[in-house]
Amino acid sequence: MLKDITIGQYFPGESIIHRLDSRFKIILDIAYVVMLFMAGNFYSLAMAGVFMLIIYMLSRISFRLIFKSLRPIMPVIVFTCLLNLFFIQGESEPLVRLGFISIYMEGATTSVFMAVRIIFLIIGMSVLTYTTSPIELTDAIERLLSPLKVLRFPVHELAMMMTIALRFIPTLIEETDKIMSAQKARGANLDTGGLVKKAKALIPVLIPLFVSAFKRASELALAMECRCYKGGDGRTRMKQLKWGMRDIVAVFVMGVMIAVIVLLNISIPIFGL
Amino acid sequence: MKEIIKTEKLTFDYTVYDENGDETDKNRVLTDISLDIEEGSFTAVLGHNGSGKSTLAKHFNGILLPTDGRVLVDGIDTSDESRIYDIRQTVGMVFQNPDNQIVATVVEEDVAFALENLGVEPKEIRRRVDEALKTVDMYEYRKHAPHQLSGGQKQRVAIAGIIAMRPRCIVMDEPTAMLDPKGRKEIMATVKTLNRDYGITVVMITHYMDEAAKADRVIVIDKGNILLDGTPKQIFSNVELLKSVGLDVPQATELMYELKKSGLDVPDDIIDENECAEYIYSLFCADDKEQ
Amino acid sequence: MNVIELKGLTHKYSIGTPFESVAVDNVDLTIEKGEFCGIIGHTGSGKSTLIQHLNGLIKPTQGQVLIDGKDIWDKSVNIRDIRFKVGLVFQYSEYQLFEETVYKDIAYGPKNMGCEGEELDKRVREAAEEMGLDEELLERSPFDLSGGQKRRVALAGVIAMKPEILILDEPAAGLDPIGRENVLSRISEYHKKHGTTILLVSHSMEDIVKYAQKVLVMNKGKVFCHDETDRVFARQDEITEIGLDVPQITKIMMLLRQKGVDLGQDIYTVERAKERILRYMDNKGTVC
Repeated sequence: MLKDITIGQYFPGESIIHRLDSRFKIILDIAYVVMLFMAGNFYSLAMAGVFMLIIYMLSRISFRLIFKSLRPIMPVIVFTCLLNLFFIQGESEPLVRLGFISIYMEGATTSVFMAVRIIFLIIGMSVLTYTTSPIELTDAIERLLSPLKVLRFPVHELAMMMTIALRFIPTLIEETDKIMSAQKARGANLDTGGLVKKAKALIPVLIPLFVSAFKRASELALAMECRCYKGGDGRTRMKQLKWGMRDIVAVFVMGVMIAVIVLLNISIPIFGL
Repeated sequence: MKEIIKTEKLTFDYTVYDENGDETDKNRVLTDISLDIEEGSFTAVLGHNGSGKSTLAKHFNGILLPTDGRVLVDGIDTSDESRIYDIRQTVGMVFQNPDNQIVATVVEEDVAFALENLGVEPKEIRRRVDEALKTVDMYEYRKHAPHQLSGGQKQRVAIAGIIAMRPRCIVMDEPTAMLDPKGRKEIMATVKTLNRDYGITVVMITHYMDEAAKADRVIVIDKGNILLDGTPKQIFSNVELLKSVGLDVPQATELMYELKKSGLDVPDDIIDENECAEYIYSLFCADDKEQ
Repeated sequence: MNVIELKGLTHKYSIGTPFESVAVDNVDLTIEKGEFCGIIGHTGSGKSTLIQHLNGLIKPTQGQVLIDGKDIWDKSVNIRDIRFKVGLVFQYSEYQLFEETVYKDIAYGPKNMGCEGEELDKRVREAAEEMGLDEELLERSPFDLSGGQKRRVALAGVIAMKPEILILDEPAAGLDPIGRENVLSRISEYHKKHGTTILLVSHSMEDIVKYAQKVLVMNKGKVFCHDETDRVFARQDEITEIGLDVPQITKIMMLLRQKGVDLGQDIYTVERAKERILRYMDNKGTVC
């Protein structure tokens, strides 16, 4: 059933990672990504991995979720691996030669290195979405982007749209389910047939869905007007994001980590296996 | 008592335009409606679909502006654009479909929406949000997502979102039409609390007679005109007239009406079950004593 | 003859997750051919899940659904044929309208059955007439109609498939008294004329007692009772206990009974109440 789809990947909790200021979480996540790309050898990469592992343990999120978040991205990882494996040419003798394809030691190393880097990247990103609710994320993005208002960038409008989208996705999914059932009860054949036939069969579902979505939109606009909505100007927020001791500690730890990675990069030459 | 809403010869035409912006059709929805809503009262506006009752409600906080005549909210003309937010803050509006009124993904965030728009201090918002949620008895659900709630609960959240603004009047446009009996009861109980304990003026648009029976005053709208205006007892005694404009009367009233038709001397102001049972009982007793 | 038979029907949602819940719990039920049965129960009592099993929109977790004595999930049965046999009209069914004209929308179901030409035209026009839709409405867009009309177009769209069993989930929800009467009385007439088996889900006791011969009361996923309307209402105390409403007139009679005047346990319409009161007065009861 469509209802079973979960929106976002947020897992509520009370861990220290959950309680970090969401703005800092986004910034630190970006710093982590930068750090991963700075990590030039396996030692520094391993260091970043250990760091991520500790974060995961602190957030008290089940390790199964790591694999869950990796599954959809697996094809990309495999593709990158193969690309590196086949197309990087080294100076030494190739390890394997298969017709016009040859695999070099350098290619093998890089491909493993890249795979590990992407995996760490995904894991790092998912810690953010696992421990931060969509609304906190939206909120944080709005606040982080707010300096762009000066450039007339519609920051508030963007955040408002994201909030409304998040709010209505479950409603519209439920509605789609209902309309599909109603049309199936009238003998609609939504599951079989070729692509064109399937697309055609969806018309009786899509039209009512659009009609209803527009109706909802206009009613919502009216309700918002009745609650004195007038755009982002002069708006206050109930929840104030305040950064506390733990955020400062987090920034400090991140700084130390980056320094360690840089040191490892300098002291041990690239691919120093 | 002071009136919070006042309409003076309110007339509204619904104009249909074609693609070129030319007028193609004009329908009169409301004709010359003059009425006062007293502060602190609970008024039900009854009428069948298309009678103009919802259109009338939308004039009460300036969503629609009259074609002719005027509407005053706490003395402010609703056509005064510069004061539209004062008007919206004084008269809050709750709609039929609870799903389409909730903006945020968390209950408490949604209740805060109006206050955030008005630029209220964060601490004050927090206080008023908690208070509003407690008033509608939804405080324990403050962290829930709207789609996890029942229809009645969602509608109560929508009401909380309005009362957080501390309006003096709430206009409700068929707030129970999409709810199940349990949800309807929840909403009616909430409305009663708001009116009785918090002194908020309530105007409730409905086509349910049993809901109208709970109001202090009932206004019946038909074809854009005020057909009847009075206490529920006065209104429901017009059984024939109400039926002729497509409205129902409570079964208790109907029974009394039927008994009257068969020659019994029945008072015509009985609208609830207890009064009705009491009367029938007295009928039997009186009958016995005559013997 | 039993047209519907449920044997040990159980349905669970979200199996294997912490949210697992039993919506329908081991239900045995038989519905006779031509029966007009009202279904009542709270939101969440399992009635919506139950009715969606009857035309195969939901597959049972356990148990069997037999239509005309045949298990609908048997390999030899095409589930689409079951959907044509068992017409289901959802709550707020106007959401299913999508065609440019009322005519085309009503024709959608029969067309899916393979119906065409004169037969299709006949079915569409008949169904429209039976739901009280004027000829001139047929060429209009369904989106331009009033709420009550839209609802009747949706109903006509299902009736045009000429199902043997018609299931209606709150067909009058959200309509005003005229709209309600218009929809429900037409369904009742349709039942009388065609003898179709009808299951009507409603929250309104008043509506159910007005039209249905039998009542099925659902509570917590189980059948609380399924019997003739009179006999179900004889258990009005139990029905009130599980939190369901009885008609106001029945409540008045219950109040009278508390005062010591018993006019009978089978009063749920104004006419009957009037008749009993007048008779009681003629017989000069001795209560005081």
